[in-house]
Amino acid sequence: MMKFMLLFSRQGKVRLQKWFNAIGDKERKKIIRELVSMVLSRRPKMCNFLDWKDYKVVYKRYASLFFCCAIEESDNELLALECIHRFVEILDKYFGSVCELDIIFNFEKAYFILDEFLLAGEIQESSKNKVLRAVENSDSLQEENQEAEATRSILEEFGLS
Amino acid sequence: TVSSRGDAMRGLAVFISDIRNCKSKEAESKRINKELANIRSKFKGDKTLDGYSKKKYVCKLLFIFLLGHDIDFGHMEAVNLLSSNKYTEKQIGYLFISVLVSSNSDLMKLIIQNIKNDISSPKPVHVNLALHCIANIGSVEMSEAFGQEVPKLLVSAHASASVKQSAALCLLRLIRTLPEAMTYAEWASRVIHLLNDQHMWLTAATSLIHTLSQLSPGDYKGCVSLAVSRLSRIVTSTYTDLQDYTYYFVPAPWLSVKLLRLLQCYPVPEEPAVRGRLVECLETILNKCQEPPKSKKVQHSNSKNAVLFEAINLIIHIDSEPNLLVRACNQLGQFLQHRETNLRYLALESMCLLAGSEFSADAVKKHRETVINALKTERDVSVRQRAVDLLYAMCDKTNSEEIVAEMLAYLKKADYAIREEMVLKVAILSEKYASDYTWYVDTILKLIRVAGDYVSEEVWHRVIQIVINRDDAQGYAAKTVFENLQAPACHENMVKVGGYILGEFGNLIAGDERSSPLVQFNLLHSKFHLCTPSTRALLLSTYIKFINLFPEIKPTIQNVLQNNNQLRNADVELQQRALEYSQLSSITSQDVLATVLEEMPPFPERESSILAKLKKKKPASVQVSLRIFGVKIVILSTNDNVTSSFFSTVNNSNIEAGMVQLYLAYIQCCFLPIIIELLSKDLDNKNNIFAHCFLVFMFKNSGVLFENALIQVGVKCEFKEQYGRVGLFFGNKTGNQLQNFAAAVSLGPEHQGKINVATQKEPPSQIDGGAQVQHFINLECISMFSGSPNLQLRYQHSSAPQQVTLKLPVIINKFMEGVDMNSGDFFSRWKQLGQPTQETQKIFQARHPIDTEAARTKLTGFGMCALTNVDPNPENLVGSGIIKTKTSQIGCLLRLEPNKQAKMYRLTVRSSVGEAAALICSMLEEHF
Repeated sequence: MMKFMLLFSRQGKVRLQKWFNAIGDKERKKIIRELVSMVLSRRPKMCNFLDWKDYKVVYKRYASLFFCCAIEESDNELLALECIHRFVEILDKYFGSVCELDIIFNFEKAYFILDEFLLAGEIQESSKNKVLRAVENSDSLQEENQEAEATRSILEEFGLS
Repeated sequence: TVSSRGDAMRGLAVFISDIRNCKSKEAESKRINKELANIRSKFKGDKTLDGYSKKKYVCKLLFIFLLGHDIDFGHMEAVNLLSSNKYTEKQIGYLFISVLVSSNSDLMKLIIQNIKNDISSPKPVHVNLALHCIANIGSVEMSEAFGQEVPKLLVSAHASASVKQSAALCLLRLIRTLPEAMTYAEWASRVIHLLNDQHMWLTAATSLIHTLSQLSPGDYKGCVSLAVSRLSRIVTSTYTDLQDYTYYFVPAPWLSVKLLRLLQCYPVPEEPAVRGRLVECLETILNKCQEPPKSKKVQHSNSKNAVLFEAINLIIHIDSEPNLLVRACNQLGQFLQHRETNLRYLALESMCLLAGSEFSADAVKKHRETVINALKTERDVSVRQRAVDLLYAMCDKTNSEEIVAEMLAYLKKADYAIREEMVLKVAILSEKYASDYTWYVDTILKLIRVAGDYVSEEVWHRVIQIVINRDDAQGYAAKTVFENLQAPACHENMVKVGGYILGEFGNLIAGDERSSPLVQFNLLHSKFHLCTPSTRALLLSTYIKFINLFPEIKPTIQNVLQNNNQLRNADVELQQRALEYSQLSSITSQDVLATVLEEMPPFPERESSILAKLKKKKPASVQVSLRIFGVKIVILSTNDNVTSSFFSTVNNSNIEAGMVQLYLAYIQCCFLPIIIELLSKDLDNKNNIFAHCFLVFMFKNSGVLFENALIQVGVKCEFKEQYGRVGLFFGNKTGNQLQNFAAAVSLGPEHQGKINVATQKEPPSQIDGGAQVQHFINLECISMFSGSPNLQLRYQHSSAPQQVTLKLPVIINKFMEGVDMNSGDFFSRWKQLGQPTQETQKIFQARHPIDTEAARTKLTGFGMCALTNVDPNPENLVGSGIIKTKTSQIGCLLRLEPNKQAKMYRLTVRSSVGEAAALICSMLEEHF
């Protein structure tokens, strides 16, 4: 199973973190620090796998973002790499040519998408279309209420509510 | 493209922009604190917030948290959102909870209630949100609350495929948290048959079945034939058959890999048809790799090879199809020179496993040159590391010299990260395949020369052990270390090895005037001042040994020992050694000196502790039982590190075997009796050793309780109900009489009134040389106690009074009798003892490989009845027993649940008396 997935920028800023088992907050911060610096220090063309503690770390860079996940010793590294790729494809299709900013400003969406794709550290749905359909389906439920809310939000921002 | 799809929260976007525009960390903190204050006041305000605002603020908090700040409020508002009837608010509520609520939160009950409502909602989207939340948090409470509900969704005729998918993984998370959350047998057949399902949501279901098969293989073994036929259908399909599930022209790679992993949970199917079909599948997968690629994209080759590597794992698991093994090896051989670094890495890794199979070991060895080349040319350290592993795995008698030489050559420029492991590997290989011990000695000394800092204690200890045990290596070793020590800058580890070996065997080279006693001494002493205290302490021991070997240089050495630099050294250990050695050399006769400082006897033949160390570093690569190295080294380096690494070795090994070994080791300690007695600093270590020896008596009733140079104490106990009879056997190991001998049981305040002791037969007050006397004690347990009573021994040996305090192996569990019962009785009693005060539970890391049989034996030895066919999960161990004291009978029930994946145990003890449960739990937790 996958233990966690991290998205971070070339500057080491974490953009998304998903933990699939119970790890304390301190320990998480420590893991993030160690892993980010380790991955950022690697040169291109090196292999995408790293032995790290009891895990195997699989990472890949897409534009300005590193996608990095930790899997168990017995897990399949290549497939983990393709999990990352599939996730990127789904994000890309959803946001339309996704970039780091999309994930910053819509972090909650990124989480929802990830929940449809991976659950409990395992692949839930490997079909890109099915994941997108599920996400769009829940978006459509949001849009029902959107108009009223959007108006209110503008008023509120200007202190008029 | 920044999009604002769905329901954008303007306030949130503005806030995120603000943060991004902050020029400094301080500005960012300021902006965040302002926002936090704002949100806090909104949440506290009189006006009730509407759902939208709540959602927006909760989302802002989440964002702040993800930036790395602590969030200590807003949880309640998030929980409120769960009961909103607007999907979007509910969704944000769940997200916040999944990310930010820890499993022991006070709000958990409330959250669970909300989930319960949503999980039974008619709207699948709500059910899914609830399932995702359970899968994300997966606490014990959730496992208890939903372990029975979720399987129903999984097999429900009405649930949609997407709900089933989520339910499968949700259940997976729940049983990982709490393996008994579901009843395995009850659901087995329905869950297994999901593999026949039309829908392609099977990846999730197969993940679940995989875990269920690991937890309860018997119940789920029916999945094997279904998995084989499913796999067969996939590998024979064309890439158009599976539509959405074809990934870059590879049909269903995720499902294929899951199925291949599932099959690795079971032995190869016995049924010829199923087995044949499986072999066909594996052949097809191998064949497909020879076909021209359908796409140039790396995703195509990655996913195809992912399936291939998993198939190879299964082939290695089956390990009885020579043809497949050799084909796999050839395929990997092609990858060794592939331009993709990832493939080279994986091929090296996979080949390591193939090297272990008798059918493919030779095929692997053919690639030796390529692998050696990889070691030299790969630019990525992780790949080079794999090459080292593979060289290690393929090493045998015929190629060992070449491989060791290559590894040594590489070591000079190897990455710091892998040096220590390489040193261990070189040390092991050179020992294992040494036909000529001069080669072995040369190799280890070279190791110290090129990578001295990475040569751990185990390695230099080991070379000493081997030299001491091999007569034919001693002269050569002495000569070679002497030569090595002549280098102007030699590593401290070389000084240690040199010091030790010359101290033992310096006489073998003393005939040559170039290495006369004085030259040897001067050479060693020239390094003395550059060394750390522990090495200096070792050298002082060498010097005293020199006094025995070379009486002609005794005055020179005594001068050094009596120098104020030593006698007044700030380091107590050095000071003491110098003082004692100098005294020893001046007051004892040459005969006594010769006895005390006699050459070390051979170490018992045993496997290398280096293996243990390597195993610790890399659990998968070596499969050898742990042993302990001889303790003679402990004498010469009384430094605490040796002792503590020693005990950690013991803790990691099978405790009983460890104890026996440790015990032997301790006897060896006594080899230099006077020194041991003199080294009062050592007392703590001695006590430690005794404490560890004592633990073993928790599980057995007879054995050697204590031994030093003078006396041996054996014990044999019998217990029945609340009564115990302890026989003690005192053996005088010396040739002289031990006088004024007395042995008395002393009860501390914690045992007063809880144990009655009556001596049945007093021992005599003298024990003749070589004789053994007996002493019998009767005991009665009045009420529950912890710890054990002490036994105090006093005696005089050559008019020096001696005193030893031991622990008697009288422990509360000795008064426990096992009670056999059936499942129904056990669980009804278990439930009766349900009050929190009656239960103690501990979750701990397994200290030994998880092995139900070994644990069962241990439990029986402890005094409980290990019940069979009681727990639905055969991996779990349940036991019951009654502690019988004069005043009460205390029933105790125990349940030990292993989690093999996490290498953890959960131990639960329930007892009518809460303290008894706590006591038993704490006694046992260190032993599994």
